[in-house]
Amino acid sequence: MNWFAALARRKSASVARERLQILLTHERVAGGHSDLIPLLREEVVAVVARHVAVDPEKVNVRIERGKAVSLLEIDIEIPAADPTSHAIKRGGGRSGEMAVESIRFSS
Amino acid sequence: MAKVIVVTSGKGGVGKTTTTAALGAALAQHGQRVVVVDFDVGLRNLDLVMGAERRVVYDLTYVAEGKVRLPQALIRDKRIETLFLLAASQTRDKDALTDDGVERVISELRSSFDWIVCDSPAGIERGATLAMRYADLAVVVTNPEVSSVRDSDRIIGLLDAKTEKASRGERMEKHLLLTRYDPIRAGRGDMLGIEDVLDILSIPLLAVIPESEEVLRASNIGSPVTISSPKSAPARAYDEAAQRLMGVDVPISIPNGRSGLLTRLFGRRAA
Repeated sequence: MNWFAALARRKSASVARERLQILLTHERVAGGHSDLIPLLREEVVAVVARHVAVDPEKVNVRIERGKAVSLLEIDIEIPAADPTSHAIKRGGGRSGEMAVESIRFSS
Repeated sequence: MAKVIVVTSGKGGVGKTTTTAALGAALAQHGQRVVVVDFDVGLRNLDLVMGAERRVVYDLTYVAEGKVRLPQALIRDKRIETLFLLAASQTRDKDALTDDGVERVISELRSSFDWIVCDSPAGIERGATLAMRYADLAVVVTNPEVSSVRDSDRIIGLLDAKTEKASRGERMEKHLLLTRYDPIRAGRGDMLGIEDVLDILSIPLLAVIPESEEVLRASNIGSPVTISSPKSAPARAYDEAAQRLMGVDVPISIPNGRSGLLTRLFGRRAA
């Protein structure tokens, strides 16, 4: 037990580093262009909802900033057994998850 | 040409005021005309750290409102002729300080000083954004500790969004000043290292201030550490930072934790 505790303690700085890197990747998306993500989410939901029933909570928009290019990722989860929907099956996924093609743009 | 520096951090208690006092004094010790300006309305402390708390009559808010002229509010340091203080108001409402008022004061200060060092309040509210608005460059004060690094990251985002310089489409110059760094703990892996913080925040390093008892001693006696203990490790690090800001090419001293033979023989005074 002491051995474990000692090991855990010794590595606290690298744990800190890792936690920060993960957290800040997310926060930079939200903070950097504070309006872009909510705006994209809102408009994407509006467009998709015209054709498919979507739960706005299940729409995930994120931007990953890279040195040369950034990655815009839009994940939209569509309920599988929705009778009003006719476009679900074409997504191919069993769960009805539709992953919009990742869009690359220069940062 | 005058340069306006904002000393900022997001998180409180990481050493903004200490840094403002020490950097301002160090620049003045090199013969530069310097004014340090406290933007922390209601919680002013730069006057205390500078040892001028009993000399404050008028403050930044009075000048910004045009109630008194700038020279009436400027307090000249008793130790260094070219160093001045403009205190924050302790009693006035925060909203009394307006954007236009601050712009007028800063532009008037530009005509009589080489350096205007603005001590930002903690947080990301109006006080902090006012302190950074008219800055030419930012010194981001960070402790090697997760909450401080996170808040610094947030402040870097604000510097790129809310400053006049950023809104003109120019690049906001930002420098990292790492405080309370303990090389022994970092070496053991118990504290974020300099490289870790630099990697995460991706802004250039200005200085590493080692954890040192001299810093607290300096604020106890109301004197910037570069004046109270100029040979100490933190004072030397601040002095090098000041020189670097002045464009002198001095290498950044990195505390290595291995105290020299002399230090070991003559007690543990070194940081």
